[in-house]
Amino acid sequence: MKAASKVFTAIIFIFLFAPIAILVVFSFNDAKSLSVFSGFSFRWYKELMIDSSTLESVRNTLILALAATGISTVMGTAAAVGINRLRNKWIKNTINMVTDIPMTNPDIITGISLMLMFVFFGRLFGKADSLSFTTILISHVTFCLPYVILQVLPKLRQMDSSIPEAAQDLGCTPTRAFFKVTIPEIMPGIITGAIMAFTMSLDDFVISYFTSGAGFQTLPVRIYNMTKKTVTPKMYALATIIFFVILTLLLISNLTDEDASEKRRNRKEQRKANKT
Amino acid sequence: MKKVLSVILLCAMMCIMLSSCGGETLTLKVYNWGEYISEGAEGSYYTVKEFEKWYQKEYGKKVRVIYDTFNSNEDMYSKISAGAVSYDIAIPSDYMIARMISEGMLEKIDFSNIPNYSTLNDSFKGLYYDPTNEYSVPYTYGIVGVIYDANQVDESDANGWDILWNPKYSGGILQYNNPRDAFGTAMYKLGIDVNTTDKAEWDRAAEELKAQYPLVYSLVMDEIYNLMETGEAKVGSYYAGDYFTMLDAQSENVDLRFYYPEPTNYYVDAMVILKGSENKELAECFINFMMSRDAAVANAEYTYYASPYEVVYTDEEYLEDLGEETIDILYPPIDNFAEQYNKYAYRNLPVEMLDYINTLWEKVKIN
Repeated sequence: MKAASKVFTAIIFIFLFAPIAILVVFSFNDAKSLSVFSGFSFRWYKELMIDSSTLESVRNTLILALAATGISTVMGTAAAVGINRLRNKWIKNTINMVTDIPMTNPDIITGISLMLMFVFFGRLFGKADSLSFTTILISHVTFCLPYVILQVLPKLRQMDSSIPEAAQDLGCTPTRAFFKVTIPEIMPGIITGAIMAFTMSLDDFVISYFTSGAGFQTLPVRIYNMTKKTVTPKMYALATIIFFVILTLLLISNLTDEDASEKRRNRKEQRKANKT
Repeated sequence: MKKVLSVILLCAMMCIMLSSCGGETLTLKVYNWGEYISEGAEGSYYTVKEFEKWYQKEYGKKVRVIYDTFNSNEDMYSKISAGAVSYDIAIPSDYMIARMISEGMLEKIDFSNIPNYSTLNDSFKGLYYDPTNEYSVPYTYGIVGVIYDANQVDESDANGWDILWNPKYSGGILQYNNPRDAFGTAMYKLGIDVNTTDKAEWDRAAEELKAQYPLVYSLVMDEIYNLMETGEAKVGSYYAGDYFTMLDAQSENVDLRFYYPEPTNYYVDAMVILKGSENKELAECFINFMMSRDAAVANAEYTYYASPYEVVYTDEEYLEDLGEETIDILYPPIDNFAEQYNKYAYRNLPVEMLDYINTLWEKVKIN
């Protein structure tokens, strides 16, 4: 039985990671072929570095992801704080559900409906092209928001509400108490939320496809447009780089999370020790 | 953390604002297929940047080209017709140009601004989608041929469309995974007009496809590249330009060859100027530039598709770079191109016909 479960685990891991392994291996292939590995080389990495239009789409993707992350983190944290303070259970649940919609809604529907809305307003104001950087940014913030809220809310609930109250008792203004006490306390949630938002924005294809305007194509859209002919191994190289960047981000996020929970545990134990 | 973020954010915003409103810069927005222009890979010619340089030198004005790509004619059409995006120039395929002309989406081109137009071979004038040559300038063309692996297929079987129905290669034949192209192969084989609206003829083609179906290894579009390159499949049909892409990547035990069956399908992709273009003269300038020797040769070498420009197919460097064999395949004699093209190329069919074909196609696949 034990052996069987081990085999099962192994199979699952193979299915999960074989595609990525193949991608990484063939990004170092000297030839263009996907079937023959003819030698180790950095050829495709070098070629990637001089392909300015691909690099431009990488730049676009990063600018967009950073901007969307920044905005949605601030907005999402504010929203979480607001939701957490709501007294009325019914309203609270409704708002929770409504904010989850962009996350659970199929991307294609979010994408098309956003595009329709932008076109509608564009026409209303008589613009020839209604899509631009702003529209794709709004779209990305829309679908990143729920992830931030979802990460920050639990942290707020876990937080002992008497701590900021104590700060105010000791003379802090509410604003100061919020920034000095509440924010540091929920920081791990904010960071995880921001990282989630960043990765979500980075790899989004469907919504970007419908809402990107002229001159601002993101990387996933560009790769999709390449598939009419073959996708060059340059893209394997790029995908490998992105994979490792995301992996690092995930590791960081997990580590900070663990750090924080450990600290909290220590603090609780200390409190217990103080009591006795 | 937040300070850093907001600074980055601000920088990002500034970058975008600065790049979009810099003094006296003209912008030209071009919408093209992905991987369909020479973009400076491996030290090659960077068409768009070269145009910007050339324009500055020639007219003393800065121009910024916004170059975006699309994946299919339908994608491009829906984004533009919805008013979601606007471009000055697009490079769609023939049947889509016909549709865009009929819907008034295109601007008439002023050919006095395109002196290089004379390099266009006369065989590419008077094509059905733009019979009066007012709206479009051909960019590339292609002819569908049969690709086979000579290590698995007898040379003697390699002619006509029959090879795709040859039981000898059962389990190694590739057919298109879209009804228009799949029916096309059967109709060329049977000598049926591919643009007929006679349902009985389509039924006949469907019977032919049903007969072929048990022999087919897989229905493919882009997957054909890998299946042919690795020798997993034996024979399939695709465009000549794509054959060379496969040839570049074929495995050691594979020997890909190519020939044109008769009759066969043709396509032309052409440059058009979209209604609402803010600077039509600049757009014409760009088209003219695309037809100049350096740009045209670089693009033809990069895309591997045939060019209808005399400056390209008579250019010695180009002929040498591609090699005689390649040229022979890519440029079969085309004196009567317009006639062949107008007779055999796919045209837009009425919606009702398309529905009928789709139903037939589903029936073929169920069998």
